[in-house]
Amino acid sequence: MILQRTLTRLLTMIATLFGVAVVVFVVIRVAPGDPISMMLPPGASQADIDRLRALYGLDKSLVEQFVIWLTGVVHGDFGTSISLRQNVLGLVLGRLPATLELSIFALLIALAVGLPLAVLGARERGTAVEAGIDVANGVALSIPDFLWGLVLILLFGVLMPVFEISGRVSPQLDLPFTTNFYLFESIVRLRFDLTANLLGHMFMPALALALPLAAIIAQLLKQSLKELLTLDYMVLARVKGFSETQVILREGLKNAALPTLTLVGVQFTFLIGGTVIVERLFSYEGLGNMAIDAVVNRDLPLIQGIVLVFALLFVVINLVVDMAYALLNPRLRHG
Amino acid sequence: MVEARALPRRTNPRLWLAGGWLLVILLAAIFAPLVAPHDPLAQDLMLERLPPFWVTGAEPGYWLGTDSLGRDLLSRLIYGGRIAFAVAFAAAIAACLVGSALGLVAGYFGGWADRIVSRIVDIWMAFPPVLFAILLVAVLGTGLSSVIIAIAVIDWTRFCRVVRAEAMSQARMDYVENARIAGFGRLDIMLREVLPNVLPTIIALLSLEMGIAVIVEAILSFVNLSISTDDPTWGGMIAEGRLSIHQAWWVLVFPLIMLILTVLSFSQFGEGLKSRFDPVLR
Repeated sequence: MILQRTLTRLLTMIATLFGVAVVVFVVIRVAPGDPISMMLPPGASQADIDRLRALYGLDKSLVEQFVIWLTGVVHGDFGTSISLRQNVLGLVLGRLPATLELSIFALLIALAVGLPLAVLGARERGTAVEAGIDVANGVALSIPDFLWGLVLILLFGVLMPVFEISGRVSPQLDLPFTTNFYLFESIVRLRFDLTANLLGHMFMPALALALPLAAIIAQLLKQSLKELLTLDYMVLARVKGFSETQVILREGLKNAALPTLTLVGVQFTFLIGGTVIVERLFSYEGLGNMAIDAVVNRDLPLIQGIVLVFALLFVVINLVVDMAYALLNPRLRHG
Repeated sequence: MVEARALPRRTNPRLWLAGGWLLVILLAAIFAPLVAPHDPLAQDLMLERLPPFWVTGAEPGYWLGTDSLGRDLLSRLIYGGRIAFAVAFAAAIAACLVGSALGLVAGYFGGWADRIVSRIVDIWMAFPPVLFAILLVAVLGTGLSSVIIAIAVIDWTRFCRVVRAEAMSQARMDYVENARIAGFGRLDIMLREVLPNVLPTIIALLSLEMGIAVIVEAILSFVNLSISTDDPTWGGMIAEGRLSIHQAWWVLVFPLIMLILTVLSFSQFGEGLKSRFDPVLR
């Protein structure tokens, strides 16, 4: 059953990615701006323009261009960036680690804030503490990551300048890294001075991304916990002499985790989508920041590559969450 | 039936507070030429980076101070509200019409219609929305209508998903079956019976979407892709403020407060409407 489910999901995934490829391909080719004329100095001859156009395959029909591009993509060739004149796949893979590290760090913050708040709210249900948590959740949820980023810049970048608000790492530092997973590598190499510097840069953008998600986790998990706490076996655990907190941590979390997992998976893709503007806001050198530059420069191959990588990331996360849900849910496991 | 559901049982302070703020901003935007103390575009380099009124060095008449070109912030905020509300209303309504129509069709008829619509929604959900918006505006060319079209093209799925689910559950209910037995056509049932029952959900979503549209417009202005750079926008003001943050914090703070309050109000207004319309929550 799980195999069949996975196969269906894989096929849907490929269909979705193909759809994304078609949409983005068509959309950017409707663009009025000519990327070729932007590359050449003013006064370039028509012959030069035509030669360059042929070089990037822009002289062929739309369908032909799409087939050529798609054949390349299937073979791992995403083309050459027009503005940076480098291999698109190399550029994207160079930036992807920065965005992944930021997103995962943000997810961890969201969990670290959301889980304790949910437990606390469920334990103190019906009190002013729960009401306070509800209000905080409501505010954190309504304000999007872009605005949180600006609030954090003002509070901790200007008013109390304790965190960095620009870049991924201090530029004067000598980096010994061989991969672009700076944070991960700094920990593995035990260079905790660099880890601290990276985290100091990452904390503000990650927190901006994390706050709305933390609120969603806190709200949903608290609701599931409160419903569970009225069930018989929870009452029994309490009669046995376990404290309220123990009951919640031992029995409640185990059973409330499943519905929360599905939601966190979907919300995590929204969080990754949010990195585009948050990276811009904090001049963080990730994929999203590069994407905006690519759009501004009308760098068609680069835009296509980045959008496709984002889409791939989204569908893979959804697939993983779906499979994790199937594996963890006893009803589906034995079904 | 709908009238009976809409009867208020108790007043909701959140609804009134949020609605009140939105009304104030809307009126100020509409009557901007009468309300704004200065011309929002008038530059005066003698008056650059004046602080707000309670800080020493403030100039009387420039209540919230000026930006790096000496333009009055309060006047720019008031005029910026015009674009924010124009985008909020137009984009949200356009997204709502497209999304609700497709959602109704998919949810009520099911089958092939549902499969096609759901596939498109899946594809749309695989795009990072902000990047999609930036891409669309870059393609369409900057300008108010491009911003509105881009937001509607991206966000119709929010309405479609919710309305589809709602229409699906409504379509299974007895009253729909009864109407069918009574000889009403499918389109008739959908528009006369199903749509009114889905309407409360749509209205609440519409308010939420207006808040989202305001933010997306601000983001587009921030990356310098919204409307022409001359007209004041809250996002454009934020972009200026971000640059001069260490010299003049107020250039960033006031548009930011404006955006936060407006977005909070739209979402609270939507929540309030939902709980007022929803018989279960009441």
